[in-house]
Amino acid sequence: MANSAHLNYVLRLADDAVIQGQRLSEWCGHGPILEEDIALTNLALDCIGQARALYALAAERAGAGQTEDDFAYFRDEEAFRNHLMVELPKGDFGFTLMRQFLFGAFNWLRMEHLSGQTQDPELAAIATKAVKELRYHVEHARDWVVRLGDGTEESHRRVAESLAALWPYTGELFAPDSIDEWALQAGIGPDLNALHSRWTAIVEAALTEATLDLPSSTGWMQSGGKAGRHSEHLGYLLAEMQSLARKHPGVTW
Amino acid sequence: MNMNERFEAYIASDAKIEPKDWMPDAYRKTLIRQISQHAHSEVVGMLPEGNWVTRAPSLLRKSILLAKVQDEAGHGLYLYSACETLGVSRDDLIADLHSGKAKYSSIFNYPATSWADMGTVGWLVDGAAIMNQVPLCKTSYGPYARAMVRVCKEESFHQRQGFQILLALCNGTEAQKAMAQESLNRWWWPALMMFGPRDEDSQHTEESMRWRIKRFTNDELRQKFVDMTVPQAELLGLTIPDPDLKWNEERGHYDFGEIDWNEFHHVIRGNGPCNRERLEARRKAHEEGAWVRDAASAYAKKHARTDASSTHAA
Repeated sequence: MANSAHLNYVLRLADDAVIQGQRLSEWCGHGPILEEDIALTNLALDCIGQARALYALAAERAGAGQTEDDFAYFRDEEAFRNHLMVELPKGDFGFTLMRQFLFGAFNWLRMEHLSGQTQDPELAAIATKAVKELRYHVEHARDWVVRLGDGTEESHRRVAESLAALWPYTGELFAPDSIDEWALQAGIGPDLNALHSRWTAIVEAALTEATLDLPSSTGWMQSGGKAGRHSEHLGYLLAEMQSLARKHPGVTW
Repeated sequence: MNMNERFEAYIASDAKIEPKDWMPDAYRKTLIRQISQHAHSEVVGMLPEGNWVTRAPSLLRKSILLAKVQDEAGHGLYLYSACETLGVSRDDLIADLHSGKAKYSSIFNYPATSWADMGTVGWLVDGAAIMNQVPLCKTSYGPYARAMVRVCKEESFHQRQGFQILLALCNGTEAQKAMAQESLNRWWWPALMMFGPRDEDSQHTEESMRWRIKRFTNDELRQKFVDMTVPQAELLGLTIPDPDLKWNEERGHYDFGEIDWNEFHHVIRGNGPCNRERLEARRKAHEEGAWVRDAASAYAKKHARTDASSTHAA
């Protein structure tokens, strides 16, 4: 059985994945072009797949007979440990893609590290598969950030507003708490400071190409998701996601 | 022999027509109507399912449903592309959908109100679609026939996943089984309507059969569908909501009750429970996406210029 920091570390990764997948699914059939309906559904599918693998690992390690669905469907807001950024409402297409880029680049670097560590080989195996998917997510999102930033006046304005709205949620990605510190000490998790520099380089290059300014990193940053203190939005997301499963607890679907 | 006679003889020999071949205007028009209607159906069909992706009761079901919706968007894409080979643009086809000029499958004008509907839609709606579509793999227009081969493969996976959803419900609790029966009660008749009007009332059948666009009549396909579906319903332990349904030894087929043709015509004319909201959802997605499409073309134009000038300089 894993210690609780280790278990929470895995659950946190799974929660990020499931909430992203849920937000991306909201685009189903409502994308700006058919190609993006395919792409966004594909991203959602990858995220849900990653969440399933991670929850299954957590379930096995928790050793209390839970399943992947128990974690996704039968926990309340405060038990979720996802970053605040992923639970924000989907916004317009530019907001979704800007988030996908900012969070995706972080997640990609994080998974890349996890795929290379040897202290938790099962997690490394899941991360190895996820890295390939996330690399595509970042490329796809980056292309759109550049196109929208350097597209029309309207697209530039919109995507600049999305960037400004999302920026205060980037701080939480790199602010280590006790679980991140445990993971680093255990040789599992990445050094978030080092990750931050690599992330900033990726983001800065894309924003420059998109003719957007890199926001200041000294402003106030929102945090709380990793500690289970969420925005008001998560409750609605979970209410929708969990409603049917909770109406029929214990059944097989 | 004139062009028309040559064309008819060519078709009668079961040869495929390709985009650059000469074809009568009416053949081209029929194909554009049929293929675009099919493409629109795929795209509109994503809406009732998308409506349940966010509420799917397990992560596995959510994944399967997402994969299915993704396939449908893909089908829309190949079919629009097949249609473009006939000399129309995707933008024009979509404009016709949004103006109400082009049709899409009426089945999507019924609401998907319960999770069991994700099962029933897969089982009956995709099942009926397969019945209509398998013969199209041999249709006379090459690009359409080839697109349909892939579409049909994926549709058969869709039908199976639908049946499995229902099987799980029917093997589940009383409440789950009741959910499945309630869903079948709502979808049975609309599914039978998917085969179109009776043969004697079908304005397109005769010509489409001669041109080998269609290979079976509406009534033949409907009968085949009923014959295939009844034993499957028995396996699930569900009751088909038709008191007139019974095996006819002499015909070797099931007899079944009369479709409510009044409802059929009303839904086609736009009076179904969801006609308005489906079209509005599509129009809204398109309008709200306009700035994104504009940005993409503006970007492409700017950079095509840069690339061209840099190539020139090199």
